[in-house]
Amino acid sequence: MISTRRQFIKISGLGFGGAAIAASSVKLAHGAGLFGSDDDEQFNDLKNKRFPTYCEVCFWKCAGWTHTNDKGEIQKILGNDKDPHCYGRLCPRGTGGLGMYQDEDRLKTPLIREEKNGKQVFREASWEEALDLIAEKFNKIKAEDGAESIALLKHGTPGKHFEHLFEAFGSETVGEPAYAQCRGPREAGFAATFGSWIGSPEPTDIRDTKCLVLIGSHIGENMHNSQVQEMAQAIDNGACIITVDPRLSTAASKSKFWLPIKPATDIALLLSWMNVLIYEDLLDLNHIKDNTYGFEQLKEHVRNFTPEWAYNITNIKPDQIRKTAYEMANAAPAVIIHPGRHVAWYGDDTQRERAMAILNGLLGSWGKRGGFYLKEGFKLPSYPHPAYPHPKWTWRDLAKDYPLAGMGLTQEVIRASIPEEAGEHKVKAWLVVGTNVKKSIPHQDLVNRAIEALDFLVVVDTMPMDIVGFADVVLPECTYLERYDGIRSATNREPSIALRMPAVPPKYESKPGWWIAKQIGERMGVGEYFDYEDFSEVLDWQLQQIGSSLEEMQDIGVKNLKRKSGSLYFAEGEKVNLPTNSGKIELYSTELAAKGFDPMPKYTPHAEPEEGFYRLIYGRAPMHTFSRTANNPHLTDLKDKNTLWMNPKVAKLWGFETDEEVYLKNQDGVITSFPIAIRVTERIRWDAVYMIHGFGHTNKKLSRAYGKGACDTEMITNVKVDPIMGGTGMRENFVTFIKDNGKGTKA
Amino acid sequence: MKEVLFASGRNIPNVDPQLHAWHWPIPVYLFLGGLAAGLLFFASYYTIIGKEKEMPAVTKWAPFFVPIALVVGLGALFYDLTNKLFFWRLYTTIRIESPMSWGAWALMIITPLSFLWIASYFKEIFPNWSWKFDFLEKIMDWVTENRKVMAWILLPMSIILGIYTGILLSAFNARPLWNNSILGPLFLVSGLSTAAALITWISKDAHERHLFTKIDLVLIATELFILTHMFMGFQAGPSVQQEAAFLLNGGEFTVVFWVFVVILGLVFPAILEISELIGYKVPVAVPAMLVIIGGLVFRFVMVEAGQITRYLY
Amino acid sequence: MRYGMAIDTLKCVGCGDCVVACQTENNVPFGYCRDWITETIDGTYPQVELEFRSERCNHCENSPCVRCCPTGASHIVEGGIVVVTADKCIGCSACIESCPYDARYTHPLGHVDKCTFCHHVRDYKQTTACSAVCPTSCIYFGDLDNPKSEVSMILKNRKFKDLAPEAGTKPQIFYLI
Repeated sequence: MISTRRQFIKISGLGFGGAAIAASSVKLAHGAGLFGSDDDEQFNDLKNKRFPTYCEVCFWKCAGWTHTNDKGEIQKILGNDKDPHCYGRLCPRGTGGLGMYQDEDRLKTPLIREEKNGKQVFREASWEEALDLIAEKFNKIKAEDGAESIALLKHGTPGKHFEHLFEAFGSETVGEPAYAQCRGPREAGFAATFGSWIGSPEPTDIRDTKCLVLIGSHIGENMHNSQVQEMAQAIDNGACIITVDPRLSTAASKSKFWLPIKPATDIALLLSWMNVLIYEDLLDLNHIKDNTYGFEQLKEHVRNFTPEWAYNITNIKPDQIRKTAYEMANAAPAVIIHPGRHVAWYGDDTQRERAMAILNGLLGSWGKRGGFYLKEGFKLPSYPHPAYPHPKWTWRDLAKDYPLAGMGLTQEVIRASIPEEAGEHKVKAWLVVGTNVKKSIPHQDLVNRAIEALDFLVVVDTMPMDIVGFADVVLPECTYLERYDGIRSATNREPSIALRMPAVPPKYESKPGWWIAKQIGERMGVGEYFDYEDFSEVLDWQLQQIGSSLEEMQDIGVKNLKRKSGSLYFAEGEKVNLPTNSGKIELYSTELAAKGFDPMPKYTPHAEPEEGFYRLIYGRAPMHTFSRTANNPHLTDLKDKNTLWMNPKVAKLWGFETDEEVYLKNQDGVITSFPIAIRVTERIRWDAVYMIHGFGHTNKKLSRAYGKGACDTEMITNVKVDPIMGGTGMRENFVTFIKDNGKGTKA
Repeated sequence: MKEVLFASGRNIPNVDPQLHAWHWPIPVYLFLGGLAAGLLFFASYYTIIGKEKEMPAVTKWAPFFVPIALVVGLGALFYDLTNKLFFWRLYTTIRIESPMSWGAWALMIITPLSFLWIASYFKEIFPNWSWKFDFLEKIMDWVTENRKVMAWILLPMSIILGIYTGILLSAFNARPLWNNSILGPLFLVSGLSTAAALITWISKDAHERHLFTKIDLVLIATELFILTHMFMGFQAGPSVQQEAAFLLNGGEFTVVFWVFVVILGLVFPAILEISELIGYKVPVAVPAMLVIIGGLVFRFVMVEAGQITRYLY
Repeated sequence: MRYGMAIDTLKCVGCGDCVVACQTENNVPFGYCRDWITETIDGTYPQVELEFRSERCNHCENSPCVRCCPTGASHIVEGGIVVVTADKCIGCSACIESCPYDARYTHPLGHVDKCTFCHHVRDYKQTTACSAVCPTSCIYFGDLDNPKSEVSMILKNRKFKDLAPEAGTKPQIFYLI
């Protein structure tokens, strides 16, 4: 949708100021001289240097070593053996991370939107000018509407620098797609049961489990590094894997039981499992008595949810339901009903996650070996800065319709940016960093209207993603390989810290996120919150406080610390004391009841596709992180577009063959911008089609990603919002296939 | 349904989706090599048994095609190399297990000898020809006197040249269409046949023409017999070979193979040649040209189809 | 000393890490690959089987590519590893035609290239780039002649197959099934 107010500007030929880079499209071998041998000394690591870093290609943040060759170029990135996120093995995206650095399509200079001959274009600008303009606009909005009206939409490590900046100048209006569009429902569901969030990485003790149950989770296609590694270990140990998925995912193909469930009926299956476990006496009643609250209510609640009842709804035979329940009971407490990660599906997702949490609670896996370990993190002391001011309103006020929302809801920030939709709090400007909101947020209609209405839009990114074309000011950030960032300190079995340091200087005119935040901060009068010249000073100070130093971390990369919070697991027979209202595992959720929601999950049928339409389901590929890697040459070599998985029966019905291209049209009449190639495969049900998310890019400057595949976000116009925490369910969208998209372009 | 695909985006030029590493230069060379081999075989045989005077086309005129064919053929091969600067490495070693190495060395011997052969006839054809240098005159005189020595060398070498191209292909056990032991003799016979056809075309002597028409007929019959044998071998072989045979016998190469190679390249010329022998007036160029073109098309079909056949996927 | 691999298809998720790691370790040009992932699916929904395989040059014992090379560029070094000496290769593509696994390709610089079992790093890192990076640790690399090596032990304990045995090249990569 092209708005007259803010036109999408195709970045063509601009942003190429700065050092000219001769990017040849063929990477050639070193040392293949006329009389040279094929034993090439350049690969002798003893001559190369290595710098510690942690990966930014996805949120797993595996620590690794960036190896440079004797020309100072990045040769390869290997994992850090001591890192509990990756154990020395990076995933394909991390291994291919140097492609982000080498990508000649990168943003190179700051860009400012201006009107020229009636058209809106970007012109290159100096950092001074760009930063001055941003500060001027932000200061103006702060004076007129309040700092709260400036919103931050973020993802990843650079987001932390800008969150600090925003809190410094008085705004807590923040949102990240990773919450409401992704894992939000499971945090609310598990918190209502066990009193704490799942968090990242998930504290699932997969390597020691005897039974791993995946509800739609596609470990192996999602490359959650240590989860995949541990699943492989579980396979080696002969663990039983049960996968509930309408599609034969990779994990399903390695499962002892694959339950090819009818989409949108998972809660029925989960309830019937509870029925079997309870009524066939498969539970440890001591554990139930000592550690749970609300068993009697639950028992009554699931009385009629028999496997026979579930069979009608889910298409899974009763004996399969029973067999899998027996497997889980046998393995208990070394059983994991995996919470999944992207769980915003149908709008009742918190309740589905509640059902999964209840099953874990019944089987006693929380805090047990082979179930969920008791994770521990490490909080580094904050670099000293003045206290943050108190904003008059925050993201909480925007999310007040959703009682259990634990983080900013992006769609509410977006809604508040549209004058007709906003409530009493209005958002006037955005700073978007590290997230391509044109692809990550469903209901693009809302996003487009918001972008149109904003007074000012700043985008900080490394690549010319779709959102960049709508910015007023574009700031090129350098990649993670070229900068310092905060110390990584995530929760795990043992706490650990990891250092990120630059292996090469920033390319072109790009700058690190911390520098950009500091520069804006100084221009907005909050320079005292950035009392350092280089971010390495902050890191050194923090590390000195805990008995380490920047020098030590530069040498070792990762430091594993001792646990302080007690044992990794509850002791045998130990009575749990959890941060819930009752102190126990809440099978009946007092928190949900208090807020007026169902204290125990119910099955509600969801909409089904009409004739000729198919449910659109989407997922990940192990070699991509959606938009972020869609242009990375190493990874486009592996997969450069998505395809539409279609059951052979459906293909026969429509007369389609593999590699044939079609446009998708959804139930609201929206048609995809680009066609997609069909893959006829037995791996998918006949009532659904599947595609990988993150393709179909519209920015021509992404030379390897432009026009490749189709964008599923365009098809997600029917958003089912979870009333408990505001999650945006995306799987109730149905598509049909057309050859002619009505714009004169035939597939 | 069975689905096999590359999940890592593999798309190597000339290998995916189907192998196509050898392009037109290879069948061109195979054809020219076979033709040259046949011409040299007949030339040296008839020289050895002392029939040079009676067979002028065979021993004097036809050999003029040999250096041209070899130079063009080798030029095509050189053009096909992807690492041309290192071509001389071929001549730094002999690898017994590599038919291509035999070929390289055989050509190393045959090519200069074929130049010498036609050079030895220059004085006969151009009476005023002089070799300019004294030592050259002496050498050429000796050569012309002792043409039989060259013939004795060229006789086995020409057989090697004719047969090694087939053996080269049949040594690729990865390509089911080629991997049969009949291919060597088949290529040799085909080469001899094209040579015989060329000789009938250029010969001005009726007796010579007649003889070689008969020889060509025998060779065509032999070729048809070997082809039948080859197909029977495919049918009796593993499924990959049956699929390979299907390419020629029902698949995409059926028309080209049966029409241009078998009917127009073998059967029809044979009929024409028989009619000629019986007494009908047939323009000699027609069957000769058909046999020669048939030989070329046959090489193209074998090289193209062979690369498509495979064991995996 | 004979190097070989055992690759566990039960663990391989087809992520392509082995492909990227090989690319950055060995400077494989974009558009080419020394190893690749093959996905095979059989059956009818919902009785479907899926197998992922990480494939590469099998460093065959009876290697047709070494036999047919006219210059000796394609040769076998210690451990049975098949390598190509770039400046002896004339680019005749005979070896490419002779490989039943399509493991070889013509490098943009002109010579023929393929997996070398990372033999350039053998001194200090006893394994290959792909084996070292695989997140599921499904690639076992080692000495098949040593009965105590990890790869020999796992082949003793598990069922396995090799690819296209009827091509007769005696491949040294075995897929655990």
